[in-house]
Amino acid sequence: MPIPADKESVRLLSGNEAVARGAFEAGVRVASAYPGTPSTEILEELVRYEGVWAEWAPNEKVAVEVAIGASMAGARALAAMKHVGVNVAADPIFTASYTGVGGGLVIVTADDPELHSSQNEQDNRHYALAAKIPMLEPSDSAETKDYTRLAFELSERFDTPFFLRTTTRIAHAKGVVRLGEPSGPPSPPVFKRDPAKWVMLPVNARRRHVVVEERTRALKEFAEIFEGNRIEWGDRSLGIVTAGVSYQYVKEAFPEASVLKLGMAYPLPERLVREFAAGVSRVVVVEELDPYLETHVRSLGIAAEGKERVPILGELDPRIVRKAVTGEAIPVRAPENLPSRPPNLCPGCPHRGLFFALKKLKVAVTGDIGCYTLAALPPLDSMDLCVCMGASIGAAHGFEKALGDEGPGKVVAVIGDSTFLHSGVTGLMNIVYNRGCGTVLLLDNGTTAMTGAQENPSTGKTLDGGATHRLDLEALCRALGVAHVYAVDPNDIAKTEELLRREVARPEPSVIITQAPCVLLPEHRKSRKARPTYEVAADLCTGCKACAKLGCPAIEWAGDVSRINPLLCDGCNQCPPLCKFNAIRAREGKP
Amino acid sequence: MTVGDGVTAGRGDIFLAGVGGQGTLLASEVLGEAFLLSGYDVKKSEVHGMAQRGGAVTTHLRFGPKVFSPLIEPGKADLLISFEKIEGLRFAHYLRPGGTLVVNTQEIYPPSVATGREPYPADAMDRLAKVTDRFFPVDALAAALSLREVRAVNMVMVGAGSHFLPLPVEAYAEAVRRCLPERVQEVNVLAFRAGRALLKAQAGSQEEGGVRR
Repeated sequence: MPIPADKESVRLLSGNEAVARGAFEAGVRVASAYPGTPSTEILEELVRYEGVWAEWAPNEKVAVEVAIGASMAGARALAAMKHVGVNVAADPIFTASYTGVGGGLVIVTADDPELHSSQNEQDNRHYALAAKIPMLEPSDSAETKDYTRLAFELSERFDTPFFLRTTTRIAHAKGVVRLGEPSGPPSPPVFKRDPAKWVMLPVNARRRHVVVEERTRALKEFAEIFEGNRIEWGDRSLGIVTAGVSYQYVKEAFPEASVLKLGMAYPLPERLVREFAAGVSRVVVVEELDPYLETHVRSLGIAAEGKERVPILGELDPRIVRKAVTGEAIPVRAPENLPSRPPNLCPGCPHRGLFFALKKLKVAVTGDIGCYTLAALPPLDSMDLCVCMGASIGAAHGFEKALGDEGPGKVVAVIGDSTFLHSGVTGLMNIVYNRGCGTVLLLDNGTTAMTGAQENPSTGKTLDGGATHRLDLEALCRALGVAHVYAVDPNDIAKTEELLRREVARPEPSVIITQAPCVLLPEHRKSRKARPTYEVAADLCTGCKACAKLGCPAIEWAGDVSRINPLLCDGCNQCPPLCKFNAIRAREGKP
Repeated sequence: MTVGDGVTAGRGDIFLAGVGGQGTLLASEVLGEAFLLSGYDVKKSEVHGMAQRGGAVTTHLRFGPKVFSPLIEPGKADLLISFEKIEGLRFAHYLRPGGTLVVNTQEIYPPSVATGREPYPADAMDRLAKVTDRFFPVDALAAALSLREVRAVNMVMVGAGSHFLPLPVEAYAEAVRRCLPERVQEVNVLAFRAGRALLKAQAGSQEEGGVRR
């Protein structure tokens, strides 16, 4: 049995908490991020450490730019994002590769194999290769803390930003971490003016590209001796090349095998790979998503097995790894035939009222990224498109233009407050500029709800909870040139429907701001006790299921009548007016 | 049988299943902390974000002298604690042969049932009993309501499951103190004890602590 944990210095940390701890120990001074699963908790943790300025940026591009500026000023800086956030931030990232750094600069990409909470399954190791930015890839929480700390040191040593790549099973898995003492640069940052390094005019950038190539050669040499790239010799009949969380699955499934564990995803150590391949009789590459390591290993002329055995889709686990390598797996019970349980909007969610009204209009709906994307599922079933943050507004405009004179009144865009500020503002600017007449529904629930209620520029609070200027969404829309901006409470379905019909028909751009707080906000939860909840009078209910069309989790079909679960009802008052028989009424007394 | 070949060797795999909003994440925090405090290596994996919005939620918790994978392999969990009746069935394939299944008998309707498109499986209890001989139903909702705290269902289930785990009650109480704000610690410890007592009455003290006496 291991020694009992020292209560203070040994902790059970998630990968995200470990990133924050590692950055703190490295003396990070500035950190910026836009929330995105599975990366969100990194900043929520970092803000708790003294001496760190941690903030929510409106989007990932801004977050990286903030970090670049802090680095140029001489401070250690971090930007964190989910995998698709790197797409948004790719522009500054690719050129930060050329400028290099002042203070250490670490960019965390949290990938989401299996798409637990994402719109695609992209493998961001390709970004390291494409941007020529070195990438560390830890395999558990303890390594995550160590690698984060190391990334800052290496960033300064090699004058390059560093990627740190996690995946959901690193970011949201907890493991035992031994805390260290902060050892970063204690002195205040010193800005050294150097336009030839930082101003990427073509004349300077051409010279910096030469530096980047020299740096990559030096990093390749470093990769050969980096302790995180290591061979664990075992049974020489099977050699597995692996990285990240896949390493843990390999150790579980094949404790006796020889393993080449790669802690650095870019650049890769060619000599070490050759040494490993020469020492085993069979080489299998075990990695999640794309054949990234496999392509490299094969490029060295090594006959490695890989994606013809290891799934390219989704996550791995020890069973999948064992089956891929040996073709065998222990038999397990067949899955039971059960009603599926997809995620759903919460009871009392104000988005539900909006989509219930919107569905009646029978227009095309371009959606966006947030809780409201769940309105695509039955029974609301009222979304026709969801691509990426901010896409709803641009797509609605394109849809309208494609239909020519028939376009107006056929499509609406739906976007949340935080997503609108992330990358919807320019789309709305475009509608006005290019004489569109789209209707944009701006869902203002006072928070960034899907990722767990983070602040944004329209909430009037910063990451640390401090008060700040509260962006006025209505004034912003008007400033962009939208003459018709109206607010409505989406819990009032009839009024919402009336407004929707009027504005969709209007041959000019318009914005409808739905205003009602997210039911998960603490202020709203507290007010719940003061609101009536509702119940169904069984003698009045005819079983017409009109209320069930809301898809509210609190409304349950009891066989021949509806009933409302008192434990779930939030008292939003959306359902009572839907009942033609007045069977839904305020409950007397509380459960 | 006990939780383990597993637990006697000082290791075990605990799979928690529930519905978003039931507090499975917090329950697994308390369990993980309790094992950490007791000197085990621990790994725990779960998902956040969209998966939490009323959907099926799972946590993999593994303890032992050295844990590699943060995920439990299907067919290898020693103990499956389900916070909802049919979620215990949904993830039954994670349980190893002879493993222990502790299920809250509460029914939370999935959308297709709530909207009347299909019935809630009436034979769920029979099907659960066929998963393993070691099936223990618990009315955690009633226990939590008797403490006037519906949100304590999660700690009742932790208490119930703990009957089969090799830690003393004090380890969980200390974990509660470290994971929860002070004002709710007492009710959560009470809920834990209530759950543990329910299983002791059902499974008998001969199996307490995962060790057959």
